[in-house]
Parts: sequence; structure tokens; C-alpha cells
Amino acid sequence: MNLQIEDKGAAVLLAINEERLDAHNSGELKNQMLKLFEEGKNNLVVDLQAVRFVDSSGLGALVSGFKNASSRNGNLKLSGLQLQVKSMFELTRLHRVFEIYTDSAEALASFQQ
Amino acid sequence: MMTDRIAVDIKVPNQTRYLCLIGHIGENIARTLRDYSGDREKLAFDLNLVLTEAMANAIQHANEGDPAKEVHIEISTVSQRLTIKVFDFGPGFDVEQYIEPRHPLEENGRGIYLIHTIMDEISYNPTDEGHVLEMVMNLN
Repeated sequence: MNLQIEDKGAAVLLAINEERLDAHNSGELKNQMLKLFEEGKNNLVVDLQAVRFVDSSGLGALVSGFKNASSRNGNLKLSGLQLQVKSMFELTRLHRVFEIYTDSAEALASFQQ
Repeated sequence: MMTDRIAVDIKVPNQTRYLCLIGHIGENIARTLRDYSGDREKLAFDLNLVLTEAMANAIQHANEGDPAKEVHIEISTVSQRLTIKVFDFGPGFDVEQYIEPRHPLEENGRGIYLIHTIMDEISYNPTDEGHVLEMVMNLN
């Protein structure tokens, strides 16, 4: 999986540079997030700007990350959702779970407040 | 009016690396259909999703992740009815159990709910060798 991980201080930015987040690559995202939690990095921004397709496994990986972050008093926020991807979050009511920002800069800034 | 008939028959190994291939075929069918007046990009996303979810279910739940098995998929359009059949060669799973929406914080089990939301009809029945998940969408 083409995943760019960058420590931005207040939070770690994970940019998913893949067209699809699905049952083939979502396990890798989940493992990368677990590694960050083990390092004590509990505030994450997952940027989905490049992702134009997400399936239920992709959503499941993000929910897993959200729950792990929350249980460690951190948070997992999302940014850059394309229209169709956003509609997936609405269909599954996950838009009420995640804080969703237009872009990663905005999401990162929200951790600094 | 001329109505084109499309029939696609695909067999791929029981591996998630082929989800992308199958999803793209669904997208391309949506963009190529002759008589469709709805939102083609939405249809493309929906068919990509339905095929991805149905195949992932077959791989993980019905074929028990065995990479040596195969998933067989048929896609056809006849008289404005688009039918997708996903055949698996395993013991099957209980579809009814997954039709209702999951709690937002559940990590698994959304695939069949999504398919059920998008498609007009869904059924899961035994075959001689396994099971078939049959999904129908009315295109008009």
C-alpha cells in the first residue's frame, strides 16, 4: 500500500496514496495505525484525497483506528473525502462518528486548538 | 428501440488482489450501457461497490480464504434488468443476518447491507458446488 506517514507534532498525518481502500489493502492500513498507537502516537489524521473508492473493509479499518485512538484518549480525524466516498460514510452513518475536514491542513489545525 | 444485451462471465482466483479488476469491470459496464438516463458516475461507483463487496464476501466467508479456490461472476443486462451472480464453492454464510445496518462502531459486516441498499433484489441460494449470491438492479 502506498501510504505516506508524517509526524506533524500535534498529530500524525497518514496520506493514503491509493485509488482504492478495500479488502485487499485495508489490513495494511490497520496494522500501520496499530504500530503508531504502540509508539504512543494517538492523534491521527487520515487523508483520503487520493482515494476514489472505499468498501466496507476500508470503512472497518478506519473504525478500528478510531476506536483504538479514542480508547487511548486520542482521536482519528479524516480529510479530503471525495463525493462518492463521503456518500459511503453517510450511507453507513459513519459521518456522525468521524470528524471530517475538507483538507489535511484543516484537520491538523484542529488538533492544535 | 434497440436494446443491447450484455453478458460477462468471469472466473478469478479466490484472492483479494482481483477485487480491483472486478470492480473496474462494473464501472466500465455502467459507463457503456446504451439506455441509461440516470447518474452514470453514481452507477459506476455502485456497481464497483456491489461487485467488490460480493466478491470479498465470497472470498472471506464462503470460500474460507482458500487461495486455490475460484470465484465465478456473471454480469448480464436483459430488458433493463442488470443481474449479477457471484458463485462460491464453499459452505456459504447466513445472508439474512447481515441485511440490517450495523452499529456505526462495528468493524465488520457492512457488505451485505450495502449491497441490499443499492440493489433492488438479493438472494443467496445453494448450487451443486456451493452457493450463488444473485443481485438484480432495475435500470429504468
